[in-house]
Amino acid sequence: MTRLIQRLLPQGRTLVTAVPYLWLLMFFLIPFAIVLKISFSQAAIAMPPYEPLVHWAGERLMQIQLNLDNFAFLVEDNLYWKSYLNSILVAGVSTLLCLLIGYPMAYAMARSSPSTRNILLLLAVLPFFTSFLLRVYAWIGLLKNNGLVNNALMGLGLIDQPIQMLQTDFAVYVGMVYSYLPFMILPLYSNLEKMDLTLLEAAADLGCRPWQAFLKVTLPLSLPGIVAGCLLVFIPAVGEFVIPSLLGDPGMLMIGKVLWTEFFNNRDWPVASAVAIALLLFLVLPIMYLDRAQNTAGEEGEHK
Amino acid sequence: MDAFHDWQLSRATPPINEYARDPMATSPRATQQKFEPWTDPDAKPYVRIEKVTKKFGDFIAVDDVSLDIYKKEIFCLLGASGCGKTTLLRMLAGFEKPTSGKIFIDGVDMTAIPPYERPVNMMFQSYAVFPHMTVEQNVAFGLKQEGLAKTEIAKRVGDMLELVRLGQFAKRKPHQLSGGQRQRVALARALVKKPKLLLLDEPLAALDKKLREHTQFELINIQETLGVTFVVVTHDQEEAMTLSTRVGLMNHGEIVQVGTPSEMYEYPNSRFVAEFIGSVNTFEGKLIEDEPSYVRIESADLEAPIYVDHGVSSAPGATVWAAIRPEKMHLGREKPDAADNWASGVVQDIAYMGDVSIYLIRLDSGKVVRVTQPNVHRHADDRVTWEERVYLTWHPQSPVVVTK
Repeated sequence: MTRLIQRLLPQGRTLVTAVPYLWLLMFFLIPFAIVLKISFSQAAIAMPPYEPLVHWAGERLMQIQLNLDNFAFLVEDNLYWKSYLNSILVAGVSTLLCLLIGYPMAYAMARSSPSTRNILLLLAVLPFFTSFLLRVYAWIGLLKNNGLVNNALMGLGLIDQPIQMLQTDFAVYVGMVYSYLPFMILPLYSNLEKMDLTLLEAAADLGCRPWQAFLKVTLPLSLPGIVAGCLLVFIPAVGEFVIPSLLGDPGMLMIGKVLWTEFFNNRDWPVASAVAIALLLFLVLPIMYLDRAQNTAGEEGEHK
Repeated sequence: MDAFHDWQLSRATPPINEYARDPMATSPRATQQKFEPWTDPDAKPYVRIEKVTKKFGDFIAVDDVSLDIYKKEIFCLLGASGCGKTTLLRMLAGFEKPTSGKIFIDGVDMTAIPPYERPVNMMFQSYAVFPHMTVEQNVAFGLKQEGLAKTEIAKRVGDMLELVRLGQFAKRKPHQLSGGQRQRVALARALVKKPKLLLLDEPLAALDKKLREHTQFELINIQETLGVTFVVVTHDQEEAMTLSTRVGLMNHGEIVQVGTPSEMYEYPNSRFVAEFIGSVNTFEGKLIEDEPSYVRIESADLEAPIYVDHGVSSAPGATVWAAIRPEKMHLGREKPDAADNWASGVVQDIAYMGDVSIYLIRLDSGKVVRVTQPNVHRHADDRVTWEERVYLTWHPQSPVVVTK
């Protein structure tokens, strides 16, 4: 009897691996299914504010109404695809800026002595010790017309009038790059730190000047780190809502803001859900492709 | 088995190519009668290391080393880890700058020239094969850097891959190769640039024993085919003895002795050299007779004095060491009549190696001496056995007397 119970109970290993899967199921897959369901329903003034998908028409007739209007609406109203495009543009530029700033930082960290390396790593992670929201608010104080930056510039006599920085794209980029830079630095750093430095000596030995060795050896070998860092910055940046609403022009079209407006101001849950689903599809497909490419690159790296 | 006998044994096993079977029979070196440019006062050294010192902070890695290496030599820098041999090699490659002193290659002062402008290539201990490039791309890397024409690059890469027998692996990535194949990629990549000097850092350390023997002879073969000068760094005396025309033994950043493998073995200039290369029995003693034609040494470890049939430049009464190789001692049961050059003891241990047997003899003074005897006869019932009293004798030519 006890043996039967033992056999029916899952093994220890299965239990351990089941935990993350259960977590993903509960907090990702099920919510996703709910959002997907809502995206196919119709808005209604009710509690919850949408109509159920399943109707009982008569005794034994179950009707499922899939309402595709919400998705059609996304295509018809150019507000949405403009927001998508603008979000991707802003996220893309932010990612590029993060890469341009983060790569040299990660490189310098990876090549510094082990003791300073740890301090630099701590400094890179330090911003996470304060709330993200507070840090974005702090930028308002810095960038506003009578803020620190403008006052400093005027005090130095470089400008007579304060420069309008807050509520511009510039402020959004500053906020984005500032907030997401650590996500670029960390994967790049861990990649660059692992690199075998004798490869650079070998390149020098074979006639490469230091910059040529960087282009021909370091850069191609750090590609997995670049891809990982770019994904970690790009994905959250596309859906970013806080930074553009606090620092950006109120008229700036960002899909995260549109989502918020649909959900809370218009109380149109179905359209908001459709926006979210479409965004997910936009992001997931290229990411899956990149992920696969990186996996094959990773396999090659393992056999070094 | 000690490393030197290991080496002798390994030579007895048939190697794969004809050069290796008897290097002197077919190699270009044999046709030159003797390849000994270092004995020729008119020969110009190809690489000249002039009073080179390298300090890392307070630590002196290389201490006032001067060395001449001649064209087409395989020069081995031998020493224990941390003796400065790799630092010296890295200075030849240009990765380290000497704190003082100069390095000339083919008459040109290389001291201030960066690695990417030196006519020198290096094979790294870890091979440092580029993991993101195929074998072919790895080998072509240096030639592309020179800006050669595509057809020329393709030809030279192809030829080189044939030479190191990697032709069929040209399109593979390094992770698809075995250790030995990667080693040959590293070698090909360095050699294809036709360097004036090829530096090899522990070229065989990462290979297993069989492959190492195989590759040793292959390296000699390739070196003779291409006529490139090799400088090899190794901690393995066996490797140094097999590969090199000359060996430079290093200790604490200094070159202790430079010589051909047989000079290093038969004429060590110090106890350190004698003990580092092969195994040896050293007896500390005092000169009791010091004549131009012979010396007599009295040692507390021996009942009889050591008689050496040549003079020694040392003050009478000074402490000297007599070093006698295990294979130059003879083992017998009869007490010798001679007044000199014998010792008596009890057999403490025997190791049968096949071609030779190693006997550890505990002398009456308590010192343990190592003796090797060839096993000439297949059946020898009266072989010396454990706990037996034996007498050791040696020829007056056998001991090497060193004063430090």
